Amino acid sequence: MTTSNGHLLEVRDLRTYFDTEDGEVKAVDGISFQLRRGETLGIVGESGSGKSVTNLSVIRLIPEPPGKIVSGEVLFNGVDILGLSEEEVRKIRGRRIAMIFQDPMTSLNPFMKVSRQLMEITQLHLGHSKNQAYAHAIKMLEKVGMPDALSRADSYPHEFSGGMRQRVMIAMALSCAPELLIADEPTTALDVTIQAQILELIKTLKQATGTSVILITHDLGVVAGMTDHVIVMYAGKVFEQATTKELFATPGNPYTKGLLRSVPDPVSDKGELYQIPGLPPDVAHLPAGCPFAPRCERAEEICSREFPPFVELTRDHYSLCHFAHEVYAESKTQAGG
Amino acid sequence: MSTEENDVDIMKPPVPKPEAEPLIAIRDLKVHFKPTGRRSGVVKAVDGVTFDIFPGETLGLVGESGCGKSTLGRAILRLTEPTAGQVFYRNRDLADLSGRELRKHRRHLQVIFQDPYSSLNPRMTVGQIVGEPLETFRIASGKEAEQRVQELLETVGLSRRFIKRYPHEFSGGQRQRIGIARALAVDPDFIVADEPISALDVSIQAQILNLLEKLQREKNLTYLFISHDLRAIRHASDRVAVMYLGRLVEVANAETIYSDPLMPYTKALISAVPVPDPTIEATRRRIVLQGDVPSAINPPRGCRFHTRCPYAIEACREVVPPLVEIKPNHFAACIRISPEQPDIDKVAANEAPGLSAALEAANEAAIQ
Repeated sequence: MTTSNGHLLEVRDLRTYFDTEDGEVKAVDGISFQLRRGETLGIVGESGSGKSVTNLSVIRLIPEPPGKIVSGEVLFNGVDILGLSEEEVRKIRGRRIAMIFQDPMTSLNPFMKVSRQLMEITQLHLGHSKNQAYAHAIKMLEKVGMPDALSRADSYPHEFSGGMRQRVMIAMALSCAPELLIADEPTTALDVTIQAQILELIKTLKQATGTSVILITHDLGVVAGMTDHVIVMYAGKVFEQATTKELFATPGNPYTKGLLRSVPDPVSDKGELYQIPGLPPDVAHLPAGCPFAPRCERAEEICSREFPPFVELTRDHYSLCHFAHEVYAESKTQAGG
Repeated sequence: MSTEENDVDIMKPPVPKPEAEPLIAIRDLKVHFKPTGRRSGVVKAVDGVTFDIFPGETLGLVGESGCGKSTLGRAILRLTEPTAGQVFYRNRDLADLSGRELRKHRRHLQVIFQDPYSSLNPRMTVGQIVGEPLETFRIASGKEAEQRVQELLETVGLSRRFIKRYPHEFSGGQRQRIGIARALAVDPDFIVADEPISALDVSIQAQILNLLEKLQREKNLTYLFISHDLRAIRHASDRVAVMYLGRLVEVANAETIYSDPLMPYTKALISAVPVPDPTIEATRRRIVLQGDVPSAINPPRGCRFHTRCPYAIEACREVVPPLVEIKPNHFAACIRISPEQPDIDKVAANEAPGLSAALEAANEAAIQ
């Protein structure tokens, strides 16, 4: 059931809108991307960029109403998830596509022992007996580096630290050996030294199991170390898409460039930090033309009038900008010099 | 006026620093809490911290959650009562001041909070929020106060017209600007900025960091910049203090802390920070610490970091390492290094060149 081009996931022209008091919010507005088997894709964006809604749409977890997947296709192994019945989706969700969320405390049931929460999944999806499921739960906890897994499995979530809870979440997510793991800001709530542990763990487990990963984050450092491809989102659109190496070396979009320059570089000298002027857009009231134009330092008259084209810069590198070629050429000169 | 002069006599002067007079001098500060619920023991959130903050500098205070950095910031302002120790502001011990006296001084010491959503009263207009300190400290009222509020809003990059609006009408970054305007209203000398950018989007973080720097230049402010974000700390600070479980473990220039960390915890902390460069990320060796930060209730004996430290030896479990000047203006708390041998990787296994200094310090403390 694989697609001919070997993509595990292919999202085509996805649009997810929300009805709000402010009118219709186009949270995700015509997103397309592909994920190859075994690859890690990073989705970067600021709050309101649509990065989480994109992934909730992929697994059909958009609250409806107020949300609605208006159009598009989400091809998972060639099958359009958006066309499946709720029951069929449930068979995929948690088993073949698993998720980890930012806050492990709110995604675990506080009244259930951790072991039971793990057992539920394999009993449901893999038809494990109680004993099998328990043994599997312990095995998974050991796999994610839970010290003393056997004696701690029967604890409740509040008895664990934030980092350990995130390990439990990862154990749950991976317990059915999913083909795709979606991690939505998995380390944002954690301390740096714990973040390093969790990222290292995701990397090791990914290598061992071959699971493909979508990593949603606002942290460009995390993207740099973890992903093969990146898409940069802004105002519900993909602004840039490239291999991680290329995106960091030669960005082809003014927004990406601005983001990269506004992160303090621990290695370089200080001095005034580059700042993108203005505020993130109000997605309910987007301006005509390019949504980034009001904040863009190289915007010209055309930018506030016409929506920009999605320009192919190289075979794997696209940028949503009227001046994509120029921006890319500048980056190349800067990188060379 | 006369009371102020009297105060000077009662105050014990701080340990004098030869080069410059510190604006804030903290001596052996402790903040202990009773744990919530039925648990016994004491939470030693801040446990014997000593350092100076000099006029016009930004001192970055970095550490993981639960290390006591926010409590320390609050204790300096006496928003949390210290259990022991002194906080000198221009040679006056703030910890000794009565409520009325304290209020008078507090005008010079302000705070910016992390969460721009919960630190502004939702029922007050921006004008009232920023203008309140003017009234409280009787600096200005009526038309004059309004004028000043408008100026303050412009100073922090907001429109004068916002004065009648409510906090919910603003984005996180704009709210943080309102919080900054409120702190600036009383013309303070010293501002504790407690995680001022953590709740903001990446593109907005840079704006707020730049604003804080601009204000520092224009108004000659001194900052204690508290953050868990080492990249922001490195960028914003002149000097950096690293905190672990209630104690300072390393203090040095911001550049030095990055390029040449001495204490194993600092080394691990810095190596854990992801760098936005795939080429560096692919090649560098990361020190991944095992385990979690232990609880501040009954923290580990000896060096508090020994439970997670890859360099820990037997003596680390017993001896409390003092903060020693290992290199000029570079202090670290680790018995496995010394001024003679600052590089822990060059120290032979089981050797602790800093042990004798630590024992001396312990003896001195015992005599006192």
